[in-house]
Amino acid sequence: MAELDEKDESMDATPNVTEVETVEAATDEEAVAAIEAPVERGEPILQVRNLVKHFPLTQGILFKRQIGAVKAVDGISFDLYQGETLGIVGESGCGKSTVAKLLMMLEKATAGEIFYKGQDITKLSGRALKAVRRNIQMVFQDPYTSLNPRMTVGDIIGETFEIHPEVAPKGDRRRKVQDLLDVVGLNPEYINRYPHQFSGGQRQRIGIARGLALNPEIIICDEPVSALDVSVQAQVINLMEKLQDEFNLSYLFIAHDLSIVRHISDRVGVMYLGKMAEIGSDTEIYDHPTHPYTQALLSAVPVPDPESREGRERIILTGDVPSPANPPSGCRFRTRCWKAQDKCAQEIPLLAVPERFKGEDTPAAHESACHFAEEKDVVHAA
Amino acid sequence: MTTIDKTRNVPEPRGAAEGDVPLLEVRDLHVEFHTRDGVAKAVNGVNYTVNSGETLAVLGESGSGKSVTAQAIMGILDMPPGRIPQGQILYRGEDMLTMSGDARRKIRGRKIAMIFQDALSALNPVLSVGYQLGEMFRVHQGLSKKDAKAKAIELMDRVKIPAAKERVGDYPHQFSGGMRQRIMIAMALALEPDLIIADEPTTALDVTVQAQVMDLLADLQREYNMGLILITHDLGVVADVADKIAVMYAGRIVETAPVHELYKRPAHPYTKGLLESIPRLDQKGQDLYAIKGLPPNLTRIPSGCAFNPRCPQAQDICRTDVPPLHPVTERDGGELVGRGSACHFWKETIHG
Amino acid sequence: MPDVTKAQTTDAATVDAVAPPAADTAGKQSPPKTEKPRSLWGDAWYDLRHRPMFWISSVLLVLLLVIAAFPGMFTSVDPRDGDLVHHYLGKPELGHLFQPDWFGYDQQGRSIYARVIHGTRASILVGVCVTAAVTLIGGLLGMLAGYFGGWIDSVISRIVDIFFGLPFLLGTMVVLNAFTERKVYVVILALAFLGWTSIARVTRSSVITAKQADYVTAARALGAGTTRILFRHVMPNAVAPTIVVATIALGGYISAEATLSFLGLGLSDPTISWGIDISEGSKVIRDNPHTLLFPAGMLSLTVFAFIMLGDAVRDALDPKLR
Repeated sequence: MAELDEKDESMDATPNVTEVETVEAATDEEAVAAIEAPVERGEPILQVRNLVKHFPLTQGILFKRQIGAVKAVDGISFDLYQGETLGIVGESGCGKSTVAKLLMMLEKATAGEIFYKGQDITKLSGRALKAVRRNIQMVFQDPYTSLNPRMTVGDIIGETFEIHPEVAPKGDRRRKVQDLLDVVGLNPEYINRYPHQFSGGQRQRIGIARGLALNPEIIICDEPVSALDVSVQAQVINLMEKLQDEFNLSYLFIAHDLSIVRHISDRVGVMYLGKMAEIGSDTEIYDHPTHPYTQALLSAVPVPDPESREGRERIILTGDVPSPANPPSGCRFRTRCWKAQDKCAQEIPLLAVPERFKGEDTPAAHESACHFAEEKDVVHAA
Repeated sequence: MTTIDKTRNVPEPRGAAEGDVPLLEVRDLHVEFHTRDGVAKAVNGVNYTVNSGETLAVLGESGSGKSVTAQAIMGILDMPPGRIPQGQILYRGEDMLTMSGDARRKIRGRKIAMIFQDALSALNPVLSVGYQLGEMFRVHQGLSKKDAKAKAIELMDRVKIPAAKERVGDYPHQFSGGMRQRIMIAMALALEPDLIIADEPTTALDVTVQAQVMDLLADLQREYNMGLILITHDLGVVADVADKIAVMYAGRIVETAPVHELYKRPAHPYTKGLLESIPRLDQKGQDLYAIKGLPPNLTRIPSGCAFNPRCPQAQDICRTDVPPLHPVTERDGGELVGRGSACHFWKETIHG
Repeated sequence: MPDVTKAQTTDAATVDAVAPPAADTAGKQSPPKTEKPRSLWGDAWYDLRHRPMFWISSVLLVLLLVIAAFPGMFTSVDPRDGDLVHHYLGKPELGHLFQPDWFGYDQQGRSIYARVIHGTRASILVGVCVTAAVTLIGGLLGMLAGYFGGWIDSVISRIVDIFFGLPFLLGTMVVLNAFTERKVYVVILALAFLGWTSIARVTRSSVITAKQADYVTAARALGAGTTRILFRHVMPNAVAPTIVVATIALGGYISAEATLSFLGLGLSDPTISWGIDISEGSKVIRDNPHTLLFPAGMLSLTVFAFIMLGDAVRDALDPKLR
């Protein structure tokens, strides 16, 4: 395996995240029971530890041999608390969508664990796995391709009950689907229509209804509004916030639009080239960023207000994001960073509260993976 | 406004010297598409002008007709199913819709160039970028292969592609998204056009790259003193570079304003709603304001003001009378240059 | 009628040009009376109904199917009954509609009209059965290869490549040569044996496209099993190109049968087939062109009808139109 020599690098000790209280389940029943157990608000519900996903690059047709790996996700750890929204931001290719796929078990992790209520879901199978799937649902980016064009809305949402029949008895399903349509603000009479008869915003509502159908605890939203028109985005965001309160949901909200992420998230993680660069509460990240990448990202966001814009400092990065198949040594951001020094090429910065802020009661004291972390407000006009 | 770069060989001063004829003027343009579901009225009487050295941002959502207008100007509308029943597109006072195909082709590409959103599909994947850039010179100026290549490298330098000499033989897929968009810009610039139409030039790019590309575009526009029509749905991108903004809705311009004015005091409920519906980066807001309803179906545009079913201020008159683009003035009647609003109640909207 | 979206070349404009067909002006509103649920299949059917080509070919094909099923309805003459004394190469009497001498007689003194009518069954049977067999084999293998990928795909694709390398007609001739008595089912088997590869290729590529769609990912995320994903999500979205290729190929198989029979390698007496008659007729074509003309005309008409239907279906199903 080509990854072996990489392991040490990606398996950094992560002092920042709390110890996971694992639940030992000998049988399927015990595992299912653990999965069905309720979690207090504010307690961790999903804990990701050192998650790694490398896509092998192969050559040859019949006899494939590996010539390298795309390090899409390279050692990521974070917690998702019950009832909160954790935003994940980053540019294309940073691995944020791969994280979503890993959490949905649509891809198999190369290494690392994903604990759902103390159970490592990467090792589950059978009934327990099915129970987890029921509790973690997803809303997709593109409302035009995520709904099967040959099925009616009723079939699309109702399919969830066919796959998980225990959630709704047969005679009840049609009514349940109509209830769901009503919940997401669509006319329940639309149940027999086909997706192409709806506009983008309405389709995304259908996608949300499908995500809600099984009464999940976590919804993973992969760029849920980026394909929608501005005037419709706000409707969908408001709907999602309303549903979160109503159904006590935890959201993992993946997006590239920093303004929307700030609006909806309680905490925010910034990803760059398969690693977490900085993570903290929304105020900590937006108003007191300490990682240079976060600062550059925030300063580059076009703000629809020319006046506040003019007072702001803009950091324009040079160059493009390096290839995840061949990331820079040391700190991944150093090739575009204006602060980079020799140390950055040699030592991988750990995601931790920077030494200089440690123990201080300041919003800058949050986890940031930079050797030279310092606070810089780039969002507010000087 | 007119800053002419002395280092460049400018044969004749553009813009002001040619009297009052604007570089490009669109007059009462209508475009419709015949579809199975009926006639889709994509553009319903659009007027705007662009002068040399000026950036007009056309802002709108999908279906607003902003891109269709641009395609009509470029003459790349597919007809049928498209049709232009009415209107004029004047390039330096000459109507492009009535001129011969030959005359039109001479303007297209040479005088008016376009930059597309998706650079990857707009570039030919089997030809090297150097060849594609050089093609402009070989075809239009009859340069030799060697000279064309030298010109291509020069252009790539101009749009700040690092190591242009080494990369001139590379193929489009070997470049990153931002670099490909630079190549598109280089191609549009090749023949030093008077006007560039950029259709969502940065939408497909990452934020950190977006800023680079927008800056480049603005720099080049200043340097060459070109007119620029920037078509976008992103209120943020517009704020940075535009001089004036035209907001489109359902095939009409609903508001025009100089850029700062628009954000400070919108005079149309649609613009106002849009501005309020985007979350802010620098503060945590409460509930987002959302414009209710959906953009209209272009085959069944509501009567009266097309925005009336979604408008919080709609009255009976809005459902019957199409509002003209009223000139917007100060509360005391003082003139506000370049401002207009197609709302019966613009006064209430802007002055509260 | 062409849709706007099809014609738009610049991508940004595709979404821009027309709002989605059913965009109502408000999120919650009772559906307008005119608007019924319209499935994509329903749309395709609507499209087909508005194509004259579809109707012409359909009428022709229904007629041909009826002839193939009940030849007795059209002629009471035994096509094998020859009267060399009275009818040796009798000229056609074009005024005698539906009479035995309508198309004249062949060099055995048999009624050409009766032979053309009775020959329909063999041709249609070969065409339909070969297409069915080919769609089943090719579709299944193509689906497996496309959906599972990996080594399954490698193995199936290599087999397809090998079969594709064999010249179709030459290959079937070699197979048929091994049989002394060549009945209809033998010809069907021989044609199907070599004909399935193109369907397999088409199906494989459309399955690959369909399985990458987000709705398949969504179904997987819900925990749907392979069977459900294959038959509910992938197949309905991948089947259109296969249908189109199969319909167009049907005409090809009919002409392949005729070609083989003409060469003496396809059906053989006592089976009645247009190919055999064309072969017979060609021997006396100089003085009696009618012996060739009528079976050949019938063959062309049939092939033409199937290809026309295939074209109409393709236009109706073409996903780019939507």
